[in-house]
Amino acid sequence: MVDFEEWDGFEGRLWKEEINVRDFIQKNYTPYEGDESFLAPATEATDRLWKELQRLQKEERKKGGVLDMDTHIVSSLTSHGPGYIHESMKDLEKIVGLQTDKPLKRAFMPYGGIQMAEKSLTEYGYTPDEELHKIFTVYHKTHNQAVFDAYTPTMRAARKNKIITGLPDTYGRGRIVGDYRRVALYGIDHLIEEKEADKLACGNKSMREEDIRQREELSEQIRALSGMKEMAKIYGYDISRPAKNAKEAVQWTYFGYLAAIKTQNGAAMSIGRVCTFLDIYIERDLKKGILTESKAQELIDHLTMKFRMVKFARPGSYNELFSGDPVWATIALAGIGVDGRSMVTKTDYRVLHTLENMGPSPEPNITVLYSADLPENFKKYAAYISITTSSIQYENDDVMKPIWGDDYAICCCVSATQTGKEMQFFGARANLAKCLLYAINGGIDEKSKVQVGPKYQPITSEYLDYGEVMEKYDAMMDWLAEVYVNTLNVIQYMHDKYYYESAQLALLDTDVRRTFATGIAGFSHVIDSLSAIRYAKVKAIRDENGLVVDYEIEGDFPKYGNDDDRADEIGVWLLRTFIGKIKEKHTYRYAKPTTSILTITSNVVYGKATGSMPDGRKEGEPLSPGANPSYGAENEGLLASLNSVAKMPYEWALDGISNTQTISPDALGHHIEEQKENLVSAMDGYFNQGGHHLNVNVFGREKLIDAMEHPEKEEYANFTIRVSGYAVKFIDLTKEQQKDVIARTCHINL
Amino acid sequence: MGKVIGRIHSLESFGSVDGPGVRFVVFLQGCRMRCKFCHNPESWSIDKGEPWTAEALFKKAYRYKNYWGKDGGITVCGGEPLLQVDFLIEFFGLAKEKNVHTVIDTAGNPFTREEPWISKFAELMKLTDLFLLDIKEIDSARHKSLTGHGNENILEMARYLSDHGKDMWIRHVLVPNLTDEKEGLKKLDRFLSTLKTVKRVEILPYHTMGVFKYDRLGIKYPLEGVPTPTEEEVRTAEKLLHIREGKEDKKTNM
Repeated sequence: MVDFEEWDGFEGRLWKEEINVRDFIQKNYTPYEGDESFLAPATEATDRLWKELQRLQKEERKKGGVLDMDTHIVSSLTSHGPGYIHESMKDLEKIVGLQTDKPLKRAFMPYGGIQMAEKSLTEYGYTPDEELHKIFTVYHKTHNQAVFDAYTPTMRAARKNKIITGLPDTYGRGRIVGDYRRVALYGIDHLIEEKEADKLACGNKSMREEDIRQREELSEQIRALSGMKEMAKIYGYDISRPAKNAKEAVQWTYFGYLAAIKTQNGAAMSIGRVCTFLDIYIERDLKKGILTESKAQELIDHLTMKFRMVKFARPGSYNELFSGDPVWATIALAGIGVDGRSMVTKTDYRVLHTLENMGPSPEPNITVLYSADLPENFKKYAAYISITTSSIQYENDDVMKPIWGDDYAICCCVSATQTGKEMQFFGARANLAKCLLYAINGGIDEKSKVQVGPKYQPITSEYLDYGEVMEKYDAMMDWLAEVYVNTLNVIQYMHDKYYYESAQLALLDTDVRRTFATGIAGFSHVIDSLSAIRYAKVKAIRDENGLVVDYEIEGDFPKYGNDDDRADEIGVWLLRTFIGKIKEKHTYRYAKPTTSILTITSNVVYGKATGSMPDGRKEGEPLSPGANPSYGAENEGLLASLNSVAKMPYEWALDGISNTQTISPDALGHHIEEQKENLVSAMDGYFNQGGHHLNVNVFGREKLIDAMEHPEKEEYANFTIRVSGYAVKFIDLTKEQQKDVIARTCHINL
Repeated sequence: MGKVIGRIHSLESFGSVDGPGVRFVVFLQGCRMRCKFCHNPESWSIDKGEPWTAEALFKKAYRYKNYWGKDGGITVCGGEPLLQVDFLIEFFGLAKEKNVHTVIDTAGNPFTREEPWISKFAELMKLTDLFLLDIKEIDSARHKSLTGHGNENILEMARYLSDHGKDMWIRHVLVPNLTDEKEGLKKLDRFLSTLKTVKRVEILPYHTMGVFKYDRLGIKYPLEGVPTPTEEEVRTAEKLLHIREGKEDKKTNM
């Protein structure tokens, strides 16, 4: 057992015997049942720094979305000198550390793919460095090149025709959450000792391929840990030992995260579950009398400000998929422990309170792990923050805890991952709506008219027969699952080889468990299409070559989103069938297959690439996002829609089932007290029925329309809305996406 | 149980402004009043609507029990619910078997002390936890010009509920220059002070979100050009009716 003087006053033994942050938390945290009245306003330092940061954000927008970019330096842990929000205010920054030497300046990260990295530069008017170009094309291979070396013609065709799409083959896969708390609790030196011991124990008896890989990976991890120490030294800190007070705990934890975002440009770079952990340090300092509430809030505000500054260089095509510069710096909080105690601490309040002290913001992606059993005070405060800022999302702790325990984090939008013990292979999504069209057309893409899927017999009848369609759909889905999983195997293999996340994996257990996260797009449209074919009459409209390009529906049919089992059961069938097929396939490193029903803002781009559907959705129209019912399908209001979504079993979609809803404040109650209570009632009901995720937006449609027409208004600068798993500043969405958001049902009552 | 068929205009699973808490709201079809500011003109016609049995409707409503918490339940509004008293007796009878909180949102127009109506109403009243009673206008002549009917029986209904100890919320739609006259509101306030069971008085600010329905139905909108009340006008009316005294209402980000 090791012991450090920095641990004075902490209880428990197991976490001293082994690396085990969860045990430390459980032995030491203080649940808080009170209300928000203890919270402190922003300090003067916070106000000044935030004002400066807002000025920089405004300048960034004025310059077309990018303030500054690196062209000559390849980002690494120690590639840059220290950076501050403003040189003259650096003493005000309680928590320090930027990705580069200047605020909002984007680093150059070529390992995922040099083409993409250079495109990101040229599109914003920067010139790529010739020498670096040569290095990463002639001397050094990137992840992107490696993937394309191994792709088969079928994979390329499936990718090009967007039946599988959003794949992380040109940038980092992300979604790995290092246990950044380990840096604070143990200090780097002890973490290195543990990894050295693991390495020593690896490959002694026999030296198989996996042992060789393990030894190499551990060496990479140890090197990254040393690099983190160097990185912290640049800011004047020695993180070789554990943090000795709250300020250090916050700073050390942030350094862990900073190491990740300096070395990886993953689509999602989440923070994890840090509130309960940090609260232990804050409580200790408050008790000792060396910290005040105001100073404690300041630490959390300044940490949050850093999370609001994370940036990556992305080309325009990426922004079309994931709008508004998201990084999914997801911070998960609240939840109930396995022992039944609420894990809400005062620091969970402090994190929500940053949205009051510094206004609404899409990042960090604040996620409340919800249970009806959370303290009433906390539920009401979270509802209040939702109503006033629309900046937080909720995920059902009651369905996740039995699977992931009580120390899981959310590693992107909605995906749970056990902190320190698991990593995820992010695999974007397959377009199951397009797959249905392939089934009808015998594998020919309805847009490009190219034979992409297998040349199965197409449907030739004028009216679609449910039995025939289902049989063909099943066969086509089988093909899709295979090409999809195989493609992901290639990607994950090459990512491990050429863009290994050494800093993040250094903060996970050596024998890390891996999940293989697939995803579904077009969910509601498949349900409604199959329902239309079954319960109404659907006539196929063919072009001159006999390809079905449109559909005519005669009669009414049940639609997903109305709590109607006839439609909803099709959704349950679809999910079970798809994940069943995924599970049959071999996954790289024997990762555990999961799936999600989640699209983020990519529903607009996917929709563009998808032809007309038998449910009446026309060619090019956006797909409905995530697991949301289709536009205009909901006839009986919000709860009917929630009931439909809640029927999808979370156990079959362990990567998450995303649901986004917008409620007009008027429809939520006459005044704020009523609105809070009604929102809590709605969430209690949804989550008690097993619903997994809920994005809550509270505003009227008029506000969206006004913000679209007058983005220059001051009040809209930080106007944040939640879309399918993340939050975004509304004015940062493309016009098409804005219209899409507005078109979606806003639940109002007349 | 009989087999009375209810005529339903529409259903809303998430009602949170028609009674306490989160509520399943049933809009019944049919109303005889022709309020100039009505936002549901498609619910006027008596012979339309989708036929439902009370059993089927209750089964559907009860799917939402998880959302109701300690305050919520079922609200029936319209149209005018009291045109379908027989159906409501069956429907609320089923609700009460499961201890569901029941609300009727009515304008009171069908109310009469004549038999057999009043006996049936007395039975329904026992199954109803709360009435939301709209008083569109306190002066009967003005009420007639506003809705096509006088209000004597509506005020009578308020007294009846009060005499029988039945809780009610009084609601008043505030239309600028039409139902916001100071003297009228004062008179309404005096009338309400004579009732014993008024638990809440609500001002419903007139809105124009139902105007498109008139176009769709090909009916001329009678309040063309009438503005919605300003926040200040609402406050003034609330003051006159002694609403929310002492309670500060925090703003949301609407």
